[in-house]
Amino acid sequence: MKRVLEGSQAVAEAVRLSRVAVISAYPITPQTHIVETLSDFCAQGKMNARFLRVESEHSALASLIGAATTGVRAFTATSGQGLALMHEVLHWTSGARLPIVMAEVNRALAPGWNIWIDQTDSLAQRDTGWIQFYCESGQEVLDTVIQSYRLGEEVNMPVMVVLDAFFLSHTYEPVDVPEQEEVDRFLPPFVPKFKADPAAPCAFGPLVPPAAYMEMRHSMAQAMEEALRCYPAMEEAFEGLFGRRYGMVEAVHCEGSDIVLVTTGTVTSTCRQVLEELRGKGEKVGLLKLRMFRPFPTDEIRRHLGGAKKVAVIDRNFSFGASGIFAQEIRAALCNEPGHPPVFGFVAGIGGRDVTADTLKGIYEHVKAKESPDRESVWVGLQEVRNEA
Amino acid sequence: MKLEVLDREYMYPGHVACPGCGAAIAMRFLLKTLGEKVIMVLPACCWSVIAGPYPQSTLKIPVIHSAFETGGAVATGVRAALDIQGDTETMVVTWAGDGGTFDIGFQALSGAVERNENFIYVCYDNEAYMNTGVQRSSSTPYGAWTTTTPGREWKKMRKKNIVEALVAHRIPYAATANIAFPEDLVTKVKKARDTKGSRFLHIFATCPTGWRIPSEMSVRIARMAVQTNIFPLYEVEDGVRYTINYKPKEFPVKEYFHLQGRFQHLTDEDLDHIQDMVNEDWQLLLRKAGERTP
Repeated sequence: MKRVLEGSQAVAEAVRLSRVAVISAYPITPQTHIVETLSDFCAQGKMNARFLRVESEHSALASLIGAATTGVRAFTATSGQGLALMHEVLHWTSGARLPIVMAEVNRALAPGWNIWIDQTDSLAQRDTGWIQFYCESGQEVLDTVIQSYRLGEEVNMPVMVVLDAFFLSHTYEPVDVPEQEEVDRFLPPFVPKFKADPAAPCAFGPLVPPAAYMEMRHSMAQAMEEALRCYPAMEEAFEGLFGRRYGMVEAVHCEGSDIVLVTTGTVTSTCRQVLEELRGKGEKVGLLKLRMFRPFPTDEIRRHLGGAKKVAVIDRNFSFGASGIFAQEIRAALCNEPGHPPVFGFVAGIGGRDVTADTLKGIYEHVKAKESPDRESVWVGLQEVRNEA
Repeated sequence: MKLEVLDREYMYPGHVACPGCGAAIAMRFLLKTLGEKVIMVLPACCWSVIAGPYPQSTLKIPVIHSAFETGGAVATGVRAALDIQGDTETMVVTWAGDGGTFDIGFQALSGAVERNENFIYVCYDNEAYMNTGVQRSSSTPYGAWTTTTPGREWKKMRKKNIVEALVAHRIPYAATANIAFPEDLVTKVKKARDTKGSRFLHIFATCPTGWRIPSEMSVRIARMAVQTNIFPLYEVEDGVRYTINYKPKEFPVKEYFHLQGRFQHLTDEDLDHIQDMVNEDWQLLLRKAGERTP
């Protein structure tokens, strides 16, 4: 049924439909609407779940490690500082091979205090062993949460569903909310491959000497590769039931285009509009929306970007001393391809600043006018800063 | 008092504790008393090593090893998962050292107890970070040498009173226990088992390695801690009803300190000062228990 929902509510509906049994969370703006809605669902009996109102984000994820190890489907949501506090436990979750799903509302990191969108929080967690999806719309958020349980449980890895602060978390859109029976057909009940059970005691996460640790880490690497292999079948099943598919990446007019813009999150929607306008004027421009960031869809990236003359990556994040993080990763994916296109990096919309159609058109013009990038990152729309002694 | 401990054992031989380890003795008594319907949460502590490396485990119950500061939180999740699956029988027990309880895990413990999560939290207290090589914790007593309080920098602060901190949460059951008093320990484990809500056991567990004492002195020194009132045996129900379980003849503290390498630097003056502090704490406890004080 189509309903008008906030991105946050779309997350909550998906968690309800996924029959999550234990939710644990600590409030942080702009994640709060997700956990408030879920609290209501639990209080009204719309979900048969325990909602743990813990005293920190660290404890939120730690408590889910306890719950998931004891054999149930588990969920949390956080943002910015909260995700940073969870860092240690993020590693623990993937190392313990627990398919916990988290909604992560991208929020800028302090100081100074800033509750608006910036992707550095989730991208700083890229090496923690979580599958990551970056979403563009309320519908995609709802669908991705449900897909994440299926994919995560298939390969025993946790999944982070990332959405933009406010532009997505607090924006109302029409969202098709599927029926419970339909979701049940796609997502069977969680049957853990192992769990804490006094009838069959085992030790979870004990001391592991060098003779065994490396193989454990390698099996995580294999699980990520497995996630790439499992993804198409998962999405096919999803499309069969719900008629929607997103891909690990979405290529819009990439083939035959001279310049391809690479975006993530809600900037993609703005870029679609710009693309239409530019192509209407005869410009040979394409768009690649990067949706899955971990595991990194290297083959797809090469396939869609390899033929372009120039690639421009828009990053709403930054790795200090290096460059925008998506740009870095795309350069790395392309560098071993003979004759690969130059990759221009643009940093825009940091800390909630608007990325408008004009911003994107400016980026396009910049790339069109230059043969190759003269630096790794161009910060777009910077105002003059006067430093007074 | 007759010691009624079942013959059953839930520790396989082959654990890797140091000889004379109080924490190994404490675990054995705990599991004997609780039986097999237990899931244990084990945040980083000596026992993370004692339990044995992958793929072995010295414990016959499921153990969830967890990050240092997560003892209260992980147990919360295990309990929730059991409850939602309709298993109210299996007990959840967190087993943590003093560092994981008094220091880094205090927030998660406080949160869990404030929510009155239904599980038993056991702190085996060896009064420093022993697993990492004897560094001071907030449980390290006044006067102690550790590798981070060496020489003249011996610890000048009192040991944190963890039981009182939890009593302030109105925890349904909190008790101290000691490896040298197994009857009392077993009684308290049973009482904790039969209480609902959050329960806390603070078990005094000697560490021959870190305290610089011979292994064979382990139990004797643990007993002296009670006899000198340095570590009184008592329990508190619902945060208000205090019961002192053992009233010693009040031996002076001096011998307890003289026997341990970690206190060798202390002067007679220092020991007099410590004696005053111990007396003061004991009087305070007597008053809380509604007992006559001189």
